[in-house]
Amino acid sequence: MNQDETIQATFKGSLGKFSLDAGFTAPAKGVTALFGPSGCGKTTVLRCIAGLQRLADGLCVVGGDVWQDRNGAFLPTYQRPLGYVFQEASLFPHLSVRRNLMFGAPRRDGDAGRGRIAFDEVVELLGVTALLNRSPAKLSGGERQRVAIGRALLSQPKLLLMDEPLSALDRATKDEIMPFLERLRDRLALPIVYITHSIAEVERLADHIVLMEKGRVIGAGPLEDLQSDPALPLAVARDAAVSLDGVIEARDDRYGLLTLSVRGGSLTVPAAPAAVGEHRRIRVIAGDVSLAREPPGLSSILNVLPARIVSMKPVDGNEIVVVVALGVDGAGARLLSRLTRKSWELLGLAEGLGVHAQVKAVALAPGRGDFG
Amino acid sequence: MPSFPPEIWVPIRLTIELATITTLSLLIVATPLAWWLARSRAWFKEAAAAIVSLPMVLPPTVLGFYLLIALGPDGPGGAIAGLWGARTLAFTFTGLVIGSIISSMPFVVQPIRNAFAAIGDRPLEVAATLRASPRRAFWTVALPLASPGLLTGAVLGFAHTVGEFGVILMIGGNIPGRTRVMSTAIFDFVETMRWREANILAGGMVAFAFAVILSMILLEKRFARARA
Repeated sequence: MNQDETIQATFKGSLGKFSLDAGFTAPAKGVTALFGPSGCGKTTVLRCIAGLQRLADGLCVVGGDVWQDRNGAFLPTYQRPLGYVFQEASLFPHLSVRRNLMFGAPRRDGDAGRGRIAFDEVVELLGVTALLNRSPAKLSGGERQRVAIGRALLSQPKLLLMDEPLSALDRATKDEIMPFLERLRDRLALPIVYITHSIAEVERLADHIVLMEKGRVIGAGPLEDLQSDPALPLAVARDAAVSLDGVIEARDDRYGLLTLSVRGGSLTVPAAPAAVGEHRRIRVIAGDVSLAREPPGLSSILNVLPARIVSMKPVDGNEIVVVVALGVDGAGARLLSRLTRKSWELLGLAEGLGVHAQVKAVALAPGRGDFG
Repeated sequence: MPSFPPEIWVPIRLTIELATITTLSLLIVATPLAWWLARSRAWFKEAAAAIVSLPMVLPPTVLGFYLLIALGPDGPGGAIAGLWGARTLAFTFTGLVIGSIISSMPFVVQPIRNAFAAIGDRPLEVAATLRASPRRAFWTVALPLASPGLLTGAVLGFAHTVGEFGVILMIGGNIPGRTRVMSTAIFDFVETMRWREANILAGGMVAFAFAVILSMILLEKRFARARA
């Protein structure tokens, strides 16, 4: 990857008792999730990227601009073109919603003209038009977080950092904000680094993922690749799943079905009608995929795809996670399948073997184009 | 309203002048000091805070004694007075202002420091992520958020200056028209058995103190409501 198109971040050092030694490179587009259990150092990494915390041994290069290097260069936070959304909205209590939104906006007209993100667009995107003249004290938790996101966007950042923006919110409010985040991802050409410890948020939002554990990065790469890597904790988790990008290739309104093509095959999914050619994110849970040596005869399962076994890994004693790649040649997208050890042995499965993957259920993540 | 003789009006006017100049000077001096005390990580910070707080604990005569020496012909005050050809700052109105600033300092610094500390790091971090330089963050975020503390500090500083007696007597000398303020005038009236005049001034002080405390409570309530 060209340095102009990446986010490069490496930080090493200790803060109190906590020691951090984390580095990753991610594309400077789409959503990169920093994922890991609480206390693994995600927030510290994000704060280091923002320059809110300074570790002497650090390197931070965003889209070709050096924000920190090991020779002592360190740009103070206010000179870094970033937006930061904290866990709590942290609106300025002495300013109205409008003045909160405008706080970081470039003040000179010249800058506003070149601005990529316009006030009206943000207000509309985040649905805060009716709140503009209110005081932050009079907003609900979800409204506050939306204003905080808008405020960060209007500072015209080149990188948006979000530290668990949903974790302080209740279930219903999370569901209210999630669509806004998806719109954000789909409508603005703005790279986002997003911290979460919720795999559901990762599956819905992330394109790229950085897995962290105890102050270290244990894996980084495109979401699909890491989800289907049995060496990493994601694939062997009980609720393991893969997220695939599908393009709608056909619709059958009689039965309310969409057929989406993914690399190496296509999947039919019950879904609201949508136009051919649109993208949808598909989630396939490992427990919903079974394997067969022969193509099954008549079956209620719509999705049976030829695939090839890539690897297997025993988990929990008598269960096995199998990674299969779609397509007769095994060159397509990867799925996970969770089997019992007994099935694996009875069927005589082995790595490299061609199989038929039967997908019982496919979930469609609400995504590109669903809103707005 | 009965017409009061100048003996009463002049100390009242002087007191208001003294308290106003002292309070304004204190806001200018105490605000950066309080900011530093609230945010610095220097090891000697608390020692500095203790020095600022000393006038709260010291007997006014002790503070007055040292101030008298400092303001006198052989102290730095004498040197400053030399700039305009005077011999000393003791027993002058300027001396009273300097003494009042020092003796009322803790009452102004403390609430402002607490207000700055109560803001926490977060609003300033947010401001920095929104391209606000430290200077702009101070003026547009820290200062407005600390404004209740500044108001409390100003009111307390004003009231304490009006009420100061010991220090003023020590360094001011109770000279009519120049350094005789309300508190020392009351003392003088009592000494000369002029109860009526003493009563007018003392009663005025009680009313003033009541008004100060009541307005502070009401203002604080209003701030709390506005930010709730």
